[in-house]
Amino acid sequence: MAVASIFFYLFSAILLAAAFMVIASRNPVHSVLFLILAFFNSAGLFILVGAEFLAMILVVVYVGAVAVLFLFVVMMLDVDFTELREGMLQYLPIGGAIGIILLIELIMVVGAWTLAPESLAAVAEKAPAPGDLSNTEAIGQLLYTKYIYLFQASGLVLLVAMVGAIVLTLRHKEGVKRQNVMAQNARTPETAVEVRKVKSGQGI
Amino acid sequence: MEIGLTHYLTVAAILFAIGIFGIFLNRKNVIIILMSIELMLLAVNINLVAFSTHLHDLVGQIFALLVLTVAAGEAAIGLAILVTYYRNRGSIAVEDINLMKG
Repeated sequence: MAVASIFFYLFSAILLAAAFMVIASRNPVHSVLFLILAFFNSAGLFILVGAEFLAMILVVVYVGAVAVLFLFVVMMLDVDFTELREGMLQYLPIGGAIGIILLIELIMVVGAWTLAPESLAAVAEKAPAPGDLSNTEAIGQLLYTKYIYLFQASGLVLLVAMVGAIVLTLRHKEGVKRQNVMAQNARTPETAVEVRKVKSGQGI
Repeated sequence: MEIGLTHYLTVAAILFAIGIFGIFLNRKNVIIILMSIELMLLAVNINLVAFSTHLHDLVGQIFALLVLTVAAGEAAIGLAILVTYYRNRGSIAVEDINLMKG
């Protein structure tokens, strides 16, 4: 178990350091790259705790899609980011105070937390014993049977998000030449070709 | 020392506090605010997964999956709004977002 402990501390230390650098770094591109590092390390934490499927989903969805989307937007917008950082020190005391108060409250809650004995009896879906089923298989057997409607609803959420993003960002420019396949196919030799007699030595 | 549930919950609590702190620290930069929201959602996911494995209950992981879906949709829509806003106003500073005079 010593190896697992070492890896836990390694992953969580890098995760928290990267998360701090996300909010503290001067360049937003660096922020996005630190965000990717944080997601990778939290995927490591998920693997340590035994949720391999979620770890892989985290890498695929966040690192593969969301972080690249952030990177794309940061690079696409031509914004002077140093200007946006003005007045940061002004918000530092109140932000730090609220953050530290919240952290102390949360850690007090976590420290004093105990599991009620009857809560173990209220477990809805027992996780399979190790060696019986893999985590991915167990999640699949649960997600595609009992929680199929939630699964469909999440697909619907993604569809709406996709349609919304396209509607928001698509714009029609005037004067853009596009191929009109129907008009092309409707042409006949009579309308397309004109035959002219040209006298030799003269032009048209 | 054995790594228990409390360790994971503490890491998630610190991560959540960093997210809150980030929102206050970068009050002008919407992109960093969106990233802070992603960090807070990640902290929530760590909590869900830690409890799920501690209680041997798979529903927590399924809920974390749904949270992940919503987070992805939220990031896509948020960035699309940001791009549209930048096209219209040429700025992404938070204090310029006052068209509705609310």
